[in-house]
Amino acid sequence: MTQPIYSFPGGLHPADHKAESNGRPIAAAPLVPRYQVPLRQHAGQPAKAIVHAGDTVLRGQLIAIPDGRISAAVHAPTSGRVVAVGPHPVAHPSGLADLSVVIEADGRDEAVAMMPLAWRDMDPAELREHLADMGLVGLGGAVFPSHVKLAPGPLAIDTLILNGAECEPWITCDDRLMRERAAEVMRGAEIMRHLLGARELLVGIEDNKPEAVAAMQAACAGGNARVVVVPTRYPSGGAKQLVQLLTGLEVPTGKLSTDIGIQVFNVATAYALQRAVELGEPLISRIVTVTGHVARPGNYEVRLGTPIAELIALAGGELPGASGQLIGGPLMGFDLDTPQAPVTKGVNCIIITSADLFPPRPRAMPCTRCGLCAQACPVRLQPYEMYLYARAKDLDKARAYNLADCIECGCCSYVCPSHIPLVDYYRFAKSELAAREREQHAAELARERHDFHSERLEREKREKAERLGRKASERLEAGAVAADDPEAARKKALLEAAVERARKAKEAAAPPANTDHLSPAQQAEIEAIEARRAQAGLGGGSAPAPDEQPDTVAEKT
Amino acid sequence: MLSAILVMAAIGLALGVILGWAEVRFKVADNPLVDKIDKILPQTQCGQCGFPGCRPYAEAIARHEADINLCPPGGEHGIRQLADLLGVEFKPLGEGRAPKPKSVAIIDENLCIGCTLCIQACPVDAIVGSSKQMHTIVADVCTGCELCLAPCPVDCIHMEVIHENVGSWKWRYPVFPIHSEPAGTA
Ligand code: SF4
Ligand code: SF4
Ligand code: SF4
Ligand code: SF4
Repeated sequence: MTQPIYSFPGGLHPADHKAESNGRPIAAAPLVPRYQVPLRQHAGQPAKAIVHAGDTVLRGQLIAIPDGRISAAVHAPTSGRVVAVGPHPVAHPSGLADLSVVIEADGRDEAVAMMPLAWRDMDPAELREHLADMGLVGLGGAVFPSHVKLAPGPLAIDTLILNGAECEPWITCDDRLMRERAAEVMRGAEIMRHLLGARELLVGIEDNKPEAVAAMQAACAGGNARVVVVPTRYPSGGAKQLVQLLTGLEVPTGKLSTDIGIQVFNVATAYALQRAVELGEPLISRIVTVTGHVARPGNYEVRLGTPIAELIALAGGELPGASGQLIGGPLMGFDLDTPQAPVTKGVNCIIITSADLFPPRPRAMPCTRCGLCAQACPVRLQPYEMYLYARAKDLDKARAYNLADCIECGCCSYVCPSHIPLVDYYRFAKSELAAREREQHAAELARERHDFHSERLEREKREKAERLGRKASERLEAGAVAADDPEAARKKALLEAAVERARKAKEAAAPPANTDHLSPAQQAEIEAIEARRAQAGLGGGSAPAPDEQPDTVAEKT
Repeated sequence: MLSAILVMAAIGLALGVILGWAEVRFKVADNPLVDKIDKILPQTQCGQCGFPGCRPYAEAIARHEADINLCPPGGEHGIRQLADLLGVEFKPLGEGRAPKPKSVAIIDENLCIGCTLCIQACPVDAIVGSSKQMHTIVADVCTGCELCLAPCPVDCIHMEVIHENVGSWKWRYPVFPIHSEPAGTA
């Protein structure tokens, strides 16, 4: 209990509106007839559906697999039949539809076989493999795939921080979770510590949640984790702000907390991990706060894919005068387009708005450069400068004022006496810059491919020329080439000479022309002479035909 | 005195020789300005600028033979970047050069006769297929340049506009209704 509390700059003390919803225990939402399960419930690439219309599924069955490294699996929230895989409304600021698996529940809620793991005896790498397909994501709102955050990075993690600050007004789901299920949350945190090999485990909770603090402290008793109570000040639950509060270390601009050896998880994520490991249950439900202008505000444990309208009905329905719904808190949330959109992994709170609770923002006036926004900024940015450039669409200048470090907490908009919706401009500028980056990337790819294409054309042209050249020379070789080959010419000459010699030899071997009319005496004399010559080994004449000589010799011997 | 002059002259000569050698030895093959301009251009390779591709256009800009506002796919942002790089005034996109919505080419695979003409036309090798076989377009790589449309003898390629989805959606520029009541009554 000697943990010192540090501080972060700026921040707010808005009315917290927690009492509306934190008095009642978490209620399990009953099954609904129809679930719409979007494939994009997490940061990164949407999951790829592996079921089709007509398939029957069981609770916890894998229905979509992660696509790429930053992605997460999606599971069936209950048993039933897949009726469609197609675009359906989702809770997104764009109001656009997104690919979802629609499941008609059969009411039996049968589950697939779930495999609890004895994680204490398991190697972290082995355990991580089991977790990759559990669909776990950060449930605090960032919905970043957890298995990626639990994988070892370039730097060893020394400190694991559990985020139970829940600093945004109205939201109480983490508060209720810690009060009621502290032991499970801490067991989940121990699994995280085991996976990361972290030495220290700290739990940060704001001091406006004394019951949650007591429950978590009881759950930590005897272990070597510590609960740190931090003063209530928005946005203490921002990951980097909580790191600063608990360790006094500031995460440098453009870096992550893991770059200074610290990893942060939400308490609800730890709880989900505990269920995934100790019960073998993938992420198919979460706790959602329903509050604001409804009959029975409270927290509900809801299957993912439940239409938000059903959840509002469960909370007693909207009261007269309701003007809409906010997803998330009033500072960082967004307006919901249609309550037909389902609860997803990132939906932690639904606030029913009314003109009394959320009066329309007064009309924006010019910036007076009062500097209040800069004083409120927890990241020590200069909001009015970023606003000026974002408004002028000079995005590069806005970026030069470290727009990327803005956590979109809304402190600046909240305090601005001119009521300028500053964050709206930052969101615009940020997504525009992100789109530009994507375009730049596409251009780079196109350039590479074009270079390759040009090179290929060049090469093909060259190869064609070479091929033609080779063909031409082959044709030539058959004829004329022999003439200018000196070796062949020499051989040819030798051959001709040999033929000529043979012809001459034949002529020489033929009997002389004046031997036709010889007398028998003359003939006998010639024969005697020939015989003597043969005996002397001289053969006949200068060059007797080779084929005649052996016969002659044989006859004479 | 004379020896001093000779020494200085010798040093000058030696340095001159070294500089001359370095000039030849470390010659910069390409104009680095062309690279910088080319990096700004969107690499769609569509030829709408009047040049046979982005790099030729970049070269023309570098030679001061072409204006900076001829590339429709690059849009206003591209012109602004070029103006910044070259230190000239920004000017809007040239006459009749409105940027088109981003689209992708689609081949009607039932009509394709496998003539390979489109493959030869595509500057980024986004079309796969071989002679007398059906061709398809790899949508991720297609830049939407439309160069494959004209060569197709059976007109089986058409362009489809890429619609915004949840992943590519951008936050809108904040626009607020103009209040008719005087300030202060709200
Ligand atoms: S608080 Fe508002 S008026 Fe004051 S400097 Fe910031 S943006 Fe301008
Ligand atoms: S929204 Fe951004 S600029 Fe405004 S206070 Fe928060 S971090 Fe600072
Ligand atoms: S108009 Fe633009 S994208 Fe098309 S070729 Fe010219 S520079 Fe490239
Ligand atoms: S497929 Fe057609 S439109 Fe697409 S990049 Fe290739 S030539 Fe251009």
